[in-house]
Amino acid sequence: MRTIRFLLQKEFRQIFRNKSILLLVMVMPVIQLIVLPLAANYEVRNINIAVIDNDHSSYSQQLISKITASGYFRLTGYDYSFKDALHHIEADKADLVLEIPHGFERNLVRENSQQLFIAVNAINGTKANLGGAYLGSIIRDYNDDIRLRLTSQAKFNQVPVIQITSSNWFNVQLNYRIFMVPGILAILVTMIGGFLTALNIVKEKEVGTIEQINVTPIKKHHFILGKLIPFWILGNVVFTLGLGVAWAVYGIVPQGSLALLYCFTAIYLLAVLGFGLLISTYCDTQQQAMFIMFFFMMIFILMGGLFTPIDSMPDWAKTVSRFNPLSYLIEVMRMIILKGSGFRDITRQLITIGVFALILNSWAILNYKKTS
Amino acid sequence: MGQQVIKTNNLCKRFGDFIAVDNITFEVAKGEIFGFLGANGAGKTTAMRMLCGLSSPSSGTATIAGFDVYRQTEQIKKNIGYMSQKFSLYEDLTVLENISFFGGIYGLSNRQIKDKREQLIDQLGLKGEAKKLVGSIPLGWKQKLAFSIAILHEPAIVFLDEPTGGVDPLTRRQFWNMIYEAADSGITIFVTTHYMDEAEYCNRISLMVDGSIKALDTPANLKLQYKASTMDEVFYELARGAKRGD
Repeated sequence: MRTIRFLLQKEFRQIFRNKSILLLVMVMPVIQLIVLPLAANYEVRNINIAVIDNDHSSYSQQLISKITASGYFRLTGYDYSFKDALHHIEADKADLVLEIPHGFERNLVRENSQQLFIAVNAINGTKANLGGAYLGSIIRDYNDDIRLRLTSQAKFNQVPVIQITSSNWFNVQLNYRIFMVPGILAILVTMIGGFLTALNIVKEKEVGTIEQINVTPIKKHHFILGKLIPFWILGNVVFTLGLGVAWAVYGIVPQGSLALLYCFTAIYLLAVLGFGLLISTYCDTQQQAMFIMFFFMMIFILMGGLFTPIDSMPDWAKTVSRFNPLSYLIEVMRMIILKGSGFRDITRQLITIGVFALILNSWAILNYKKTS
Repeated sequence: MGQQVIKTNNLCKRFGDFIAVDNITFEVAKGEIFGFLGANGAGKTTAMRMLCGLSSPSSGTATIAGFDVYRQTEQIKKNIGYMSQKFSLYEDLTVLENISFFGGIYGLSNRQIKDKREQLIDQLGLKGEAKKLVGSIPLGWKQKLAFSIAILHEPAIVFLDEPTGGVDPLTRRQFWNMIYEAADSGITIFVTTHYMDEAEYCNRISLMVDGSIKALDTPANLKLQYKASTMDEVFYELARGAKRGD
């Protein structure tokens, strides 16, 4: 126990002496939590649309003004032929082309039907999909308006329509920031903990101090604990800082128990730090450790369920994400913070992450060799 | 000289096809200053790392302070001090912090650590530098500090790997005075060096060429045997045939 005290004292002295890293660890999460949720917004706005109005009628004008008034679209081209409009797409000035054919108004009124043509630039898949869907619903809406106007006399003739009204639970206004902030905080905690530990032991290898440690009678688990505990404390500080920002900037207050949230994060941190230490014991240079950690971080983040829901991934990816510790933290953070889940709801995640922590740290201790 | 604190018998270390240390057999007595000489790449550091329990031998046997190098590496580590070729104290800790840290790791009591700190600062004349980061003090002082820390826990044997490399002649002289003092207090000194004047300070020396020990005796006997007037000449005579080196 006494050995650990000396190790902790030494590690903390080194951490506090390295002002630039300390500053980065404290300032980075605050800035990123303020900036990223504002930018990482799933809502697609400013879709550029080019319109070819071959009809020039009052109906076609109404349709166009309805589209631009929706706030989602920006009219960037008003062309006379599809060829011209295609140029806009090629130059990336338009995401969608809407062609209104000749006789749009006449056919609509006389023959009760008309077709419109929409071309979608599918290079940016999300924008194209959502843009197409938005445009479709605006046109449907417009269609209802016209139908109402034309058939207003024959009220009893109306076609039955199912109206859908939905209410959004847990995030009433569908505010993406509330959804993103807990996830981004989870990533920040993971990155800071993972990178700091991955680089730590390997740094001692690089400068040669590990040699002086290895020649002492120090116990291997003491050494690993001496590395684990300081960064665990640091990780909890960063997490607290992040929760503070979430509350101060976004007004997010966990619906569930704060104690439960800290309990899960505490165990989660052990797992992530253990993973960092494990990488550190395998590498010889900080560069190697950095690249390996980066490789895993990319996978953890992209397959962690922050940007794309794990439920909609293919089966093999779902299996992979079961081994992704970050996916559990993101899930649990959202459950406790947004939904107010309790201990029973997260027991499975808690046990899984506990097993991760145990395996990764034992592995790190085993793989740290004092005698080569 | 009484009891033998280092005993090796046909000790080998192979890395794949390469035989870094080839069947070395020797003994070192308690309190002896043993010079471990050889050209660059002769295998000195590898041999020393095996004796310190930092590296497992491929074959052969050795005991250090009575402990086996295969099975009892941790007991060996309690009884030895080691100063590596590469300076390896924490440069981002102060002189005092380094002393406390290594004292603590070796299990010294707070009282002992406090005494050692005062004693060392006094001995090394580092009063003004005690609270400076080790990275900022001159190399000569660093080396003397590293040696003092290596013998902080009063080990039976201390292994020094080129402790005076890159150090000025005056500091080297002071360093050797420290070595003599340690030897007088009963610590066995096992030292590698490239300075032949330093070899003359040793009680006995061994000379390694291409992984094996080519000569082992007192400096005076070696000079006699090779009909040389200085240790330099002995070294040339023996190391000339070396195939390895950089």
